[in-house]
Amino acid sequence: MRAHRINCGYVPLVDSAPLIIARELNFAQEEGLDLQLLKQPSWSALRDLLALGHLDAAHILSPLPIAMSLGLGGLPAQVDALMVLSANGNVIGVSNTLADQMRENGWSGDFLTPSETGKHLIASAGPDLRIGVPFPFSMHSELLYYWLGHLGIDVGNQLDIRIVPPPQMADAIAQGEIDVFCVGEPWGSIAVEQGVAELILPGAAIWAFAPEKVLAARRDWITTNPDLTRRLMRAVARAAKWLGDHDNRMMAAEVLARSEHLDVADDIIDRALAGRLIMRRRAFAQQVPHFLRFHGGAANFPWRSQAAWIASNLAGRMKLDRSQAIQIAKSCFRADLYRDYLSEISVDMPGASEKLEGALVHPEAVASERGELILGPDAFFDGQIFDPNAAG
Amino acid sequence: MANPLRIVVVEPDAARAKEITDGLRDSGWPDIQVIGETNALARNLADLDPDLVLIDLANPSRDALETLSIASGAKQRPVAMFVDHSDDELTRAAIAAGLSAYVVDGLKKDRIKPVLETAIARFQMVSQMRAELDAAKAALSERKTIDRAKGLLMQARGLSEDEAYGLLRKTAMDQGRKLIDIAEALVTASDLLK
Repeated sequence: MRAHRINCGYVPLVDSAPLIIARELNFAQEEGLDLQLLKQPSWSALRDLLALGHLDAAHILSPLPIAMSLGLGGLPAQVDALMVLSANGNVIGVSNTLADQMRENGWSGDFLTPSETGKHLIASAGPDLRIGVPFPFSMHSELLYYWLGHLGIDVGNQLDIRIVPPPQMADAIAQGEIDVFCVGEPWGSIAVEQGVAELILPGAAIWAFAPEKVLAARRDWITTNPDLTRRLMRAVARAAKWLGDHDNRMMAAEVLARSEHLDVADDIIDRALAGRLIMRRRAFAQQVPHFLRFHGGAANFPWRSQAAWIASNLAGRMKLDRSQAIQIAKSCFRADLYRDYLSEISVDMPGASEKLEGALVHPEAVASERGELILGPDAFFDGQIFDPNAAG
Repeated sequence: MANPLRIVVVEPDAARAKEITDGLRDSGWPDIQVIGETNALARNLADLDPDLVLIDLANPSRDALETLSIASGAKQRPVAMFVDHSDDELTRAAIAAGLSAYVVDGLKKDRIKPVLETAIARFQMVSQMRAELDAAKAALSERKTIDRAKGLLMQARGLSEDEAYGLLRKTAMDQGRKLIDIAEALVTASDLLK
């Protein structure tokens, strides 16, 4: 039987692992797919090629399909999220100068204290905070707005958000173009290795279960190719499960490190996979709970409440009708297809497709089809709870 | 006649930028500026206030342009990727040539199309030149590494050149990796063991 070719775009980051593993460990081949992975130099390039039909599917920032479907940004299109590829995995870092200033002002240097660290960052940084993020529509931006906004910063006026491609983040902070960055691994650790920045907070400390990247495709492609969609989702779900097994960590790091993928030393990649981050040069590694999750706790389930949270924030900033934006966003997160296509490979499904976001401080067993599902934690750092149906 | 279009070409390579701007000037668009430095790209572009921005699809700094598409200030004009759904061939040709074009809101399509056609032709030319150069460089450096790896195997295990190459290839196939990766690993390991 001839394998069906699927052209899938990705940006070389640790969280592109489910696609790389699906290809390199033959999960895609076992589903009868010839999964072609096409590395992209920027999120715009990836978005354009997906929207214009040159790519069938893509590893993409979770807010991007929502923004595109809402008509925001340079190239709107109807794009859906088939499943979540990873939860969490970003780091926030500051220049050495700013870190020293924060310490002088009494910052403890603790990696997992978002309120204390945020207050010291705001107090030490001066009136304008120049922050580098990879893309305007990204979980990086959402987490920063949420974190600093809830600590009293006027995010519309006091934040100077600069778009910097991840591989250039270390340079941008070394050159003094930005004071702070929020970026996906391995690029935060690379800035640390180069001695130009110090990590001050993992994204997971702001929101303990933030959908980071999703597997996306155009809605018309999904409708025209149900069988290919199903096989692609199965292959990626199996790769994600493989990545969730700690025994596979070393091999995963080795595969990702290869020149055709991340082309970065495997010990740097392993920090994110193991959740053991080195905050500054020559410091000991720090264990970060749930730093980056590929599997477990329904990590791959495209919760419609996650989509609603993203849309609610985008609508607030971009001055859109909030309830309409939430409706559109919910329809982009294809919980329906996830149930239809993945029940057959024994993925345990949650009883509902929406939840209260932020309600779980500890892992909790919840109603599910097979009764084995444990969710959470998914709390926000300030203890707020987002109700997807009360936000409209 | 309407004011001439103000065009900005974002291109760090000075020689490529010249090829592109020369082509556009020769075809009758005099108001062209080049941004070579991609630091602070969004702010520099906003200062120049162009009607049309031409940038390599593969330029990693492209994402900075996205900020312009959501610009909300009174002076700022929103910018969008130029996609002509009534002329898919033009869009396809632009992508194939590695060109992305951003236009300000409200600009008429018939004014953009001739610029784009000229730019596509120029981008095709410079992309092809660069691709040939890159391929030649990569092939040369790969061949050097593979030759070194073969040499190491011939010396250490008394193999012929063909046998050494065969062993590298078999190892690559068995491990599902590229020949050049195996060769590089061997060369690095041998350097470390010296």
